[in-house]
Amino acid sequence: MSGDEAYIHIDHVTKRFGDVVAVNDVDIRISRGEFFSLLGASGCGKTTLLRMLAGFEMPDVGEIYIDDSAISGVPPHRRPTNMVFQSYAIFPHLNVRRNIAFGLRREKLSKEETAKRVDEALALVKLQGFGDRRSHELSGGQRQRIALARALICRPKVLLLDEPLGALDKKLREEMQLELRALQQSLGITFIFVTHDQEEAMTLSDRIAVMSGGKALQIAPPKVLYNEPVNVEVAEFIGQMNFIDATVSERTGNGAVLDTAGLGRIGAPAKADFVREGAKVVAAIRPEKLTLSDRPQEGQAFSVEGAIATAAYLGDRSHFYVAVEGCAKPVAVATQETQISQDRLLTEGARVWLSWNEQSVILLERN
Amino acid sequence: MSRSTTFGGTNRTLMVYAVLYLAFLYGPVLLLPLFSFNDSIYVAFPLKGFTTQWYEEMLSNEPMHAALLNSIKVGTVTSVIATVLGALGAKAVTRYRIPGVKPVVGVISLPLVVPGIILGVALLILLTRSGIPLTLVTVTLGHVLLCVPFAMVTLIASFDGFDKSMEEAAADLGDNVLWSFWRVTLPIIFPGILASLLLCFTISFDEFIMAFFLAGTEPTLPIFIYSQLRFPQKLPGVLAMGACILVVSFVVVFLSQWLRRRNLGVPVNGGV
Repeated sequence: MSGDEAYIHIDHVTKRFGDVVAVNDVDIRISRGEFFSLLGASGCGKTTLLRMLAGFEMPDVGEIYIDDSAISGVPPHRRPTNMVFQSYAIFPHLNVRRNIAFGLRREKLSKEETAKRVDEALALVKLQGFGDRRSHELSGGQRQRIALARALICRPKVLLLDEPLGALDKKLREEMQLELRALQQSLGITFIFVTHDQEEAMTLSDRIAVMSGGKALQIAPPKVLYNEPVNVEVAEFIGQMNFIDATVSERTGNGAVLDTAGLGRIGAPAKADFVREGAKVVAAIRPEKLTLSDRPQEGQAFSVEGAIATAAYLGDRSHFYVAVEGCAKPVAVATQETQISQDRLLTEGARVWLSWNEQSVILLERN
Repeated sequence: MSRSTTFGGTNRTLMVYAVLYLAFLYGPVLLLPLFSFNDSIYVAFPLKGFTTQWYEEMLSNEPMHAALLNSIKVGTVTSVIATVLGALGAKAVTRYRIPGVKPVVGVISLPLVVPGIILGVALLILLTRSGIPLTLVTVTLGHVLLCVPFAMVTLIASFDGFDKSMEEAAADLGDNVLWSFWRVTLPIIFPGILASLLLCFTISFDEFIMAFFLAGTEPTLPIFIYSQLRFPQKLPGVLAMGACILVVSFVVVFLSQWLRRRNLGVPVNGGV
């Protein structure tokens, strides 16, 4: 999806507010028809970047290209982008139909043509029959749909969405995620989606830019972000992760042997240059890559003994925290099913063995 | 314990206080229409008899008409100019990052705290030294100066009260600054605009001190009324005029409230 043809190019853009660098030399290429998310905690610069795409902020350095034309000098009302605002910004003095038709003014359509377009837009967001309502007569989910219809009726090249699902409750949010994804795929419009919710970003996106402190730390598809995070910050932000301090004692062709305090001497795949003999690194393992058992496992390369510190039953899966001697924090383990009886595992203090495969260890640079 | 002293009941002391308060505020005002129908040139009890003589006199009092018209002219122009300036100032203060905005707002708000007599004298000196003749235009100038802070404070509340992203949404949907002001900002802040127009008109309409210094030969109504107080026989005519203004302002306030409620209550619909 990425790489070959950049429909949108955010070309080394920097934006400062006073002394604060909100966006710091960000370079992103986005393909036509891609669902692209900007993910990060509040203040990471994702919204500022989105507002620069919409034209509400100007980059201090760099340029943004959409479909090969530079847009820095283009005011918001002439850009081929439309935005769904975090607050939805539904005009309170207009009813739903007039809200949705707002962007059609410049097309100078006949009454019939306008009505037809509005009907189509209402159908698209499944709100037929709500046309005469006012903003205060709508629920949060309905407002969100109106904002979407109002932006889409202008047939933008790029739709910008600023945390559009943030104000909805969990169940509605999950429903809207599926609808958004289906809508994007059927319309083929490029979506740029800002969110702080990593699960939401993973569910929706073709690719995600993880942002922090104004920088894009990693730009990759969800799977790559999850399995090959480039640093501790990304690994921490996406899903759950166990971090274990380690020292490289031996470097082989595409692997390394590490010394750790809690897990002893372990092996890990290694490609990056920072894995040199004697280097202090972080070994990261996802909770679901660890298996729990009451004796050392055959076939798994590594295992270590520990005691259950806490256990949480979540229905479809269970979460355990296992205290391992020498590890600073209890090791998180997520299991669908364990090979020893649940009763024994759920007891605090029960002795268990943690096992894992060499391939599930990710080596990261220590900050 | 009886209910009358708890939160749910009627508090007798508070009730008496409220009645006295209202009587003190509005009692004198109500004397105006009362004495305007009294068949005597002296404003004193007991009432003598019913007459419409003073209203007839008022209708034929040409200088009073001229003064009223002057006040309406000055009030109208003042309220429009002050509201436009106030709206621009309020938008600037609430919507843009402007360095040194606080001292600027402070200077604009000065007429709120500087005594009118000082402003009046200062303006008089400035205008006469500059060779500008004193007319209704100079009165209007003074009143605009006085009204802008009121308009701005009223409208800052309106601008603060609505989401800035409304204007951004309008821009995003293809409206330039003027269109988005016309289609989004103005309708949303309209109640504030109306309030500002009424407030400024009222301030200008009954302003005395600055008008006294700046009016030249064309008096506004307050100045005319003041000049009439020297002649006891003219006073009932002034009362009649006062009663008329009272009725008109009551109707205007009532109408504007009624319009506001009607706009809030019933959605204006009917397709696109």
